[in-house]
Amino acid sequence: MITISGLTKVYRSRGREVTALDGVDLHVREGEVYGVIGQSGAGKSSLIRCINLLERPTSGTVTVAGQDLTALAGRGPRAGKELRRARSRIGMVFQHFNLLSTRTVQDNVELPLEILGTSGKERSRKALELLDLVGLADKAKAYPAQLSGGQKQRVGIARALAGDPKVLLSDEATSALDPETTRSILKLLRDLNQQLGLTVLLITHEMDVVKSICDSAALMDKGRIVESGTVSELLATPGSELASALFPVGGEASADDRTVLDVTFHGEAATQPVISQLSRTYNIDISILGAAIDTVGGLQVGRMRIELPGRYEDNVVPIGFLREQGLQIDVLGDEPVLVKEGAK
Amino acid sequence: MTWSEMQPLLEQACTETLIMVGWSTLIAVVLGLPIGVLLVLTDKGGLLQNTVANKVIGQIVNIGRSLPFIILMVALMSFTRWVTGTTIGSEAAIVPLAIGGIPFFARLVETAVREVDHGLVEAVQSMGGNTWTIVRKVLVPQALPSLIASTTTTVIALIGYSAMAGTVGGGGLGDLAVRYGYQRFETGLMWITVALLAVVIALIQFAGDYAARSLHRRGARSGPGPKLRLLKAKEPAAADVGKVA
Repeated sequence: MITISGLTKVYRSRGREVTALDGVDLHVREGEVYGVIGQSGAGKSSLIRCINLLERPTSGTVTVAGQDLTALAGRGPRAGKELRRARSRIGMVFQHFNLLSTRTVQDNVELPLEILGTSGKERSRKALELLDLVGLADKAKAYPAQLSGGQKQRVGIARALAGDPKVLLSDEATSALDPETTRSILKLLRDLNQQLGLTVLLITHEMDVVKSICDSAALMDKGRIVESGTVSELLATPGSELASALFPVGGEASADDRTVLDVTFHGEAATQPVISQLSRTYNIDISILGAAIDTVGGLQVGRMRIELPGRYEDNVVPIGFLREQGLQIDVLGDEPVLVKEGAK
Repeated sequence: MTWSEMQPLLEQACTETLIMVGWSTLIAVVLGLPIGVLLVLTDKGGLLQNTVANKVIGQIVNIGRSLPFIILMVALMSFTRWVTGTTIGSEAAIVPLAIGGIPFFARLVETAVREVDHGLVEAVQSMGGNTWTIVRKVLVPQALPSLIASTTTTVIALIGYSAMAGTVGGGGLGDLAVRYGYQRFETGLMWITVALLAVVIALIQFAGDYAARSLHRRGARSGPGPKLRLLKAKEPAAADVGKVA
């Protein structure tokens, strides 16, 4: 649905150059919720603004629903007619809602329809229908100043959907909201994704957002995509930063007298009593340093950090046993060569 | 001088002031608004970024703003004659007043429009809106309370200017105060004129504040300022009505 390739954005100001995006490749499949996560300054905002060309990329292409938007851009800072039409088919929600304070809720939702040239009657029918969809049918005549943050974002979402978009871009839509409101907005996005088949690309700095609604995710750092894939792929990737961030477990790294392992369970293996089997079979004492079980992208996943006595070399056989059980094992420590051999 | 002598003089002067200020404000607003908006749009990072146009418009506005009004009026005499056929009388005074008012209002418009949250512009861009849509649906409506306050300021400034216009035969309250009050030592008439001007200005300021506030109240993002809260506290019923509406 959205394909980004070789996207680069360089800002020039007063002779200094700042590279916000450095060769980003990304593919969002139709009907999925895709989360891009990263810290402030990682380039997330530039990325999402390059998708509907609110920012002109320095190089690279952006294709949305089969249409190469970068080719429509033309020269100069102003958007041509075709680009504007393409933008109207991409919904966008913002961190600070960006509602017009001088218009009622209904008039805010009607704004994109006014731009599309829809007739007055049709506009108000559509706006009321959308407000009903986001659960704000009774607030049509209110002004944004009279709404709570969560309600404002619902209006923002209704407005973004007014042009019947196939793609919704969400720019930190929940970052200005409290945790409970965040959950309800995320649920709404998920429902819309399922009911309308809407493809959602969201950027966020909150791991919880990715955890609760994303099918796929990408980690951005310094303008590059460091990791990307479906959530289950990421969890199955040894040493994945995203996976360990989704599943933080405490504990220190391996030392001379102990070996620390991260065990990730998903699917079948999650139901087997592997740890007690391991302990009995090899007659070793196992300490559990940390553990978490959660649902990520609709999958039941568990992660556990355990400590085995002795050096890595002493534990090759038990680790092999765990791998045979279909578990994903990451050895923490400063012996990368051995870890790699072990992974074979 | 008796009241019956003063009354027709005052009435005529009031009418003249009203005509001069009314027309010149109208022209200043109609022409100053697009100039102010253009100053924002053509500025660096603006929607119609154009450094040359911005510099040129900015310079013209600066020249208009920096000339003392009395000099502007004298300098514009030939232009005034070309437009109205004369350089004396209230109609003739409208020309320099309007021309003095345009850059004055344009700068105020520029400040008001610049205050509009850029996120709103971005939101309308993301919907596929063009620059004209952004000006019409976002910049002007969102800046409206400030624009009304700017208009109030412009009217009051033009009343001040109109007193100077009076000295070259424009008539009006200022002229009356100078000719009768100062030159003929009719102190009574002068004080009445001064009081009248003070009342007129207070009324205009009040009306302007009220209009700006009632627009602002329904649209307020972070609530009204401290001064407004005081007013609201005195009339809770009115505030509640505003909230429901």
